[in-house]
Amino acid sequence: MIESVDLSTIDWSRAQFALTAIYHWLFVPLTLGLSFLIAIMETIYVKTGDPEWKRITKFWMTLFGINFAIGVATGIILEFQFGTNWSNYSWFVGDIFGAPLAIEGIMAFFLESTFIAVMFFGWNKVSKGFHLTSSWLTAIGANLSALWILVANAWMQYPAGMHFNPDTVRNEMVNFWEVLLSPVAVNKFLHTVSSGYVTGAIFVIGISAWFLLKKRELLMAQRSILVASIFGLITSLFLAFTGDGSAYQVAQKQPMKLAAMEGLYKGEKGVGLVAMGILTPGKKAGDGKDAFLVKIEIPKLLSVLGYRNTDAYVPGVEDLIQGGFKPEFSPRPAQESAIAISVEEKINKGRTAVTALGIYKEAKAVDDKAKSDSALKVMKENFPYFGYAYLNKPASAIPNVPVTFYSFHIMVALGVFFILLFIAVLYALKKKVLEKQRWLLWLSVWTIPLVYLASQTGWIVAEMGRQPWVIQDLMPTMAAISKIDASSVVITFFLFAAVFTALLIAEIMIMKRQISIGPKEGGTK
Amino acid sequence: MRTILNFFSKIWYFYYEGFRSMTVGRKLWIIILVKLFILFFIFRLFLFPDFLNSKFNNDKERSDYVREQLIRRK
Repeated sequence: MIESVDLSTIDWSRAQFALTAIYHWLFVPLTLGLSFLIAIMETIYVKTGDPEWKRITKFWMTLFGINFAIGVATGIILEFQFGTNWSNYSWFVGDIFGAPLAIEGIMAFFLESTFIAVMFFGWNKVSKGFHLTSSWLTAIGANLSALWILVANAWMQYPAGMHFNPDTVRNEMVNFWEVLLSPVAVNKFLHTVSSGYVTGAIFVIGISAWFLLKKRELLMAQRSILVASIFGLITSLFLAFTGDGSAYQVAQKQPMKLAAMEGLYKGEKGVGLVAMGILTPGKKAGDGKDAFLVKIEIPKLLSVLGYRNTDAYVPGVEDLIQGGFKPEFSPRPAQESAIAISVEEKINKGRTAVTALGIYKEAKAVDDKAKSDSALKVMKENFPYFGYAYLNKPASAIPNVPVTFYSFHIMVALGVFFILLFIAVLYALKKKVLEKQRWLLWLSVWTIPLVYLASQTGWIVAEMGRQPWVIQDLMPTMAAISKIDASSVVITFFLFAAVFTALLIAEIMIMKRQISIGPKEGGTK
Repeated sequence: MRTILNFFSKIWYFYYEGFRSMTVGRKLWIIILVKLFILFFIFRLFLFPDFLNSKFNNDKERSDYVREQLIRRK
């Protein structure tokens, strides 16, 4: 019997999760980046003994504290939603999430809460060396906390290191290291935290530029800009490098996402990378329309970035739906033949797997071993396509192409812009003309919201680009959702929106006030 | 024993003095406490019950339910 799920429950639950994640991610990247910048500034203070560096460190520490305090625990709501709105998914992922999230909780609590206290309360009470160590451990702790949640997210993009137990209907971890060190997890972690470092650097440069524009705290501003622009340049280059690594993984493990990121409907060999373009509005797979109204392309680059080969074949959305091409990589080389199969065939395989799961259970209930063994064999063979059972048509496997395409291109364009900004600021600083370049200072100030935009669009690519999957190929959103009433999700959506907006306003107001006060002698607490 | 007590007493005074001398931090702590109250007391308790734990008593019932849901929804 086919049971329908209220589509509005799915939509509202997705919207609620997106809202929470977006707000949460407004606070996290600054914590990741600013914590390291503070540790670097304090290291300079300890090395030089110059009290101005202590004052600088304390000023940025105050802003770090505000961001940390307002943002702390906003991510916990995502876990509430797993249990209420996404209970099938929560059950299905089994202990895969349990271990990383438990480690994350312990690390966040012990490392951050212990050493943050020393950072803020420990000036003149503990030795300089111990205080500096605490600042570094706070930064490392914050980044390690991010590691575990990103490992969990990476597993959803590329499930590895587990096996499905049909008796408990849960995935069980069989290899912790495969989960932790999957190439998707490693790239995701490095790319995400380095985006936080760039956020921290631009935040420091932007605020310092404001001080220069106001002709206040000139020494503090120049020193802060020097540290932040060097840190920002190094980390933004690393961000580009890890972004390339992430795209390479997407090409292998989530080719549909890559096609959506590039608005590529028809695959070919030696495909160029769209530097900029406007998609044809209303374009649908298979409608024969051109995908772009206008585009500027860098020849062969997508083949190189995706497959490290100028003539590599990159499948488009339509190819992935229809199958019949020879993939450069197969996400499941053991299960898939040399020729890619169509989504229609995957749907059939998925349905075979789900039906076999039911037969297995019935056979076990009556102790029919031969039947249960046979059903189990069929289910295991087809399990890699388990989630396709829930797609009602092949086109359901296509994510929202315009949202993914534009988000990806905004993120990349801003990433390039940040590198140029760091170079320009460093150059102006070296030539001692930064204070006179008011346009550059204003540009630095207005880049602060842009770095948040880049960060958010990055997550939109990662999460909307993998739709309809909650767990790639194994579980789409419509199978993951709880059987709950949409109205309750609507109410909590607006409650979250109100609470988070209040928190954001509080953060901006408190931060704005502290910035306008500026660094105090000995800093503020 | 005396050394251990002395150690914990030092930690206590470290935090006590730290919180007492806060300026911006006090405002932030109020925000943190109000936020935690809203998240854990109001949201968690009244608006976000664990769906499977609230409906079933043991893991077998939960797995049977999820299996049935996954089979019926295909």
